[in-house]
Amino acid sequence: MKPESWLKVTPRGLYCEPGDFYIDPHRPVGRAVVTHGHGDHARPGNRAVLATPETLAIMRKRYGVEAGGKLDEARYGERREIGGVSLRFLPAGHVLGSAQVVLEWQGCRIVVSGDYKRRPDPTCAPFEVCPCDVFVTEATFGLPVFRHPPDSEEIAKLLTAQAQFPERAILVGVYALGKAQRVIALLRRAGYQRPLYIHGALQGLCDLYRDFGVELGELRPATGAAKKALAGEIVLAPPSSLTDRWSRRLPDPLPAMASGWMRVRARARQRGAELPLILSDHADWDELTQTIREVGAPEVWVTHGNEEALVHYANSLGLRGRALALIGRGDEGGEEEQGGVQEELET
Amino acid sequence: MKRFAELLDRLSYTPARNAKLTLLTDYFRAAPDPDRGYALAALTGGLGFAGAKPAMIRGLVEQRVDSKLFRWSYDYVGDMAETVALIWPPQAEDGDAGAGHPPGLAEVVEQLSRAGRVEAPRLVAGWLDALDADGRWALLKLITGGLRVGVSARLAKTALARLGEVSLEEIEEVWHGMAPPFVALFAWLEGHAPPPQIDLRRAFRPLMLANPLDEAELARLDPADFRAEWKWDGIRVQLAAGGGEARLFSRSGDEIGAAFPDLMAGVAFDVVLDGELLVAREGEIAPFNDLQQRLNRKKVTAKMLADYPAQLRAYDILFDGEDDLRPLPFDARRARLEAWHAQERPVRIDLSPLLDFSAWDELHALRNSARENAIEGLMLKRGDSPYVAGRPKGPWFKWKRDALTLDTVLMYAQRGHGKRSSLYSDYTFGAWRAKEGEGEAGEELVPVGKAYFGFTDEELLQLDKWIRANTTERFGPVRAVRAGLVFEVAFDAVQRSTRHKSGVALRFPRIHRIRWDKPAEEADRLESLEKLIEG
Repeated sequence: MKPESWLKVTPRGLYCEPGDFYIDPHRPVGRAVVTHGHGDHARPGNRAVLATPETLAIMRKRYGVEAGGKLDEARYGERREIGGVSLRFLPAGHVLGSAQVVLEWQGCRIVVSGDYKRRPDPTCAPFEVCPCDVFVTEATFGLPVFRHPPDSEEIAKLLTAQAQFPERAILVGVYALGKAQRVIALLRRAGYQRPLYIHGALQGLCDLYRDFGVELGELRPATGAAKKALAGEIVLAPPSSLTDRWSRRLPDPLPAMASGWMRVRARARQRGAELPLILSDHADWDELTQTIREVGAPEVWVTHGNEEALVHYANSLGLRGRALALIGRGDEGGEEEQGGVQEELET
Repeated sequence: MKRFAELLDRLSYTPARNAKLTLLTDYFRAAPDPDRGYALAALTGGLGFAGAKPAMIRGLVEQRVDSKLFRWSYDYVGDMAETVALIWPPQAEDGDAGAGHPPGLAEVVEQLSRAGRVEAPRLVAGWLDALDADGRWALLKLITGGLRVGVSARLAKTALARLGEVSLEEIEEVWHGMAPPFVALFAWLEGHAPPPQIDLRRAFRPLMLANPLDEAELARLDPADFRAEWKWDGIRVQLAAGGGEARLFSRSGDEIGAAFPDLMAGVAFDVVLDGELLVAREGEIAPFNDLQQRLNRKKVTAKMLADYPAQLRAYDILFDGEDDLRPLPFDARRARLEAWHAQERPVRIDLSPLLDFSAWDELHALRNSARENAIEGLMLKRGDSPYVAGRPKGPWFKWKRDALTLDTVLMYAQRGHGKRSSLYSDYTFGAWRAKEGEGEAGEELVPVGKAYFGFTDEELLQLDKWIRANTTERFGPVRAVRAGLVFEVAFDAVQRSTRHKSGVALRFPRIHRIRWDKPAEEADRLESLEKLIEG
């Protein structure tokens, strides 16, 4: 039986017919399987949700009672049977709790990657390669111009600027879920022991990460700190705050931005970044192509991002590549990040 | 190369002038000779590599990267050098056959300037292999000659002045006698050597520039203090002659004399003149378009010389023999200029006449009456103004004539490049005419021009949205839209053109206003443009 006959693209998202559930539906459904807590994957209002404990905690934090009706946790590796379909989660290495969904039905195994990356991240479990018949991959950075440099180089850039401008605050734009905690953890690994100042919007998720055992060192609220006291300090805030009135409380802020999009100069300028830091929670081109080769699937479905280039690559390996064009995951390679809800996406 | 790449990278993202100066000064202080001198040359546009054309770079990358992947990537990134820098395949980390050591800046400049057409591609490919993405970007910017990191030559010189704690004017005076890698210049600035001695007689002297006139300010100015001239629509040049040699400089100090042998042949005197380079036939100044046929030519044919004869219309004199006239007031210089011209009677050089007026109203009328090809407006110069380098506020003003405007209809929109790569920001607009061809009835739009500025960032977002919602057809990065949006377009002149379907071409077109309110049928017709054609 063809895989597309039991895992289908529908207007609500990827639908597993024999199991009667959706993966990351973008409109409320009866039963949702959610790969991770970012707003374009985890939406409120589903009647039943299956996700990792971390993802459910994130959803509860953000949506409260709207997080969903019945919330069902499954740890990485824990096997479930839903309408004859076997399902388990494997770490995706994207953010805390992020998971790939491994589906098996009638001898066919499909892995839905969700969002993922391959390089080590001190704030979440590393991606596990799972051989399969169909690999459903993201392609946010699915062009060969995206090769993220080593994290340590980008953190060094940030620390150099911090030392270079002792009279200015270094304001780093970070998405609230994942990027904020990773930048903090990377700074700590680089030996940076000073307190870090954070925007109020980051507090809740930083607390949540700590509850799951991620070390973040001393964090102080940026709001309420004396302007002078912030000179020479590193301040983290959501990207929109970079050019917002909020930043006026800082002494001559030097706007930095941590995102994979910073690799392209026009994008960095669009964002108003004067210190672009290429730090991404998505796989770059080399990681995407490496993963396609490692999972060994004869079929590769590409969900969102720059699909055509990755499909072209898969075809060049003799695989069957297919672009799914899922609704609700943005068009034209990331223009969506201009919108408000998208603050935390696509990084 | 790493340090230079870091400098370019930081400069490109740093908008504040002071922060840029700090980055530049720190770099000049820290980088060794001759690297820093070559960096200075690159920043001030003083380096050129004949063998390293964008087409060659493209050829190199096409040998290494799948053509489809490259095309998609270029469409996305919007800049050729950046795309190549990012997409260049990494060398295998363990292979010993791979990359050599990353090259130094001086090594790149010196080797590439010696390399021939055959050798250059091999050198460049080797360097691209050895550098990281930022290094590759800097290398490509360097060798294709367009750094575009928001540093003017003036800003670079200001950083030098800071480094040496001297004035900018002192730097400008010696600048055109110096050459890369500027070792003597840095030695002087760091106090290791005396100021460089250069022969000033045929060196470029920085020009005096005018500020745009704010008409509201006229009331506060006394007409008796000012002299008026036409503002000619040619290019500003400086002719420096003496000791049997002569040089013609553009306003930025580039030598362009080789392209104008007709003008230079007659130069056998010892003065430095400031004036406008024009094409003129029997005393009649030709449109700017004609002058353009003569600019940037490596070879000048006899036909070109006959069809587009060059002429210098002088309006100032900076040196007369050994005499530096720049400290004198304008009126005194003008008298010297006229006296010199009357005595010398040079060929192909005439004087820009002073205009007679006693009140601003008279001048205003004069300005509005001027719709000739070669006139852009008026220049106002204080009679007591000495010739000062740069753009001092107060002594000189330019007063451009009002632009012409026309209501046109948006026809096509194209994605911009760089910062605007996600937006439809380049617009082709048209005017109405009766449909051509047998049995055709009704009206059609015909393109009359293209513009990509004259609107705010906010308007750009609105336009982008409108274009996406009103697209009728797509051709790659271009969208055709329904005839539904009127642009009031401003332009300086209309010329006949065989290149455009409409038969007309606009000079300096820009979007003046977006007429969201105006129905497209009420936009102007091609005939109204044809009436404005000059010459």
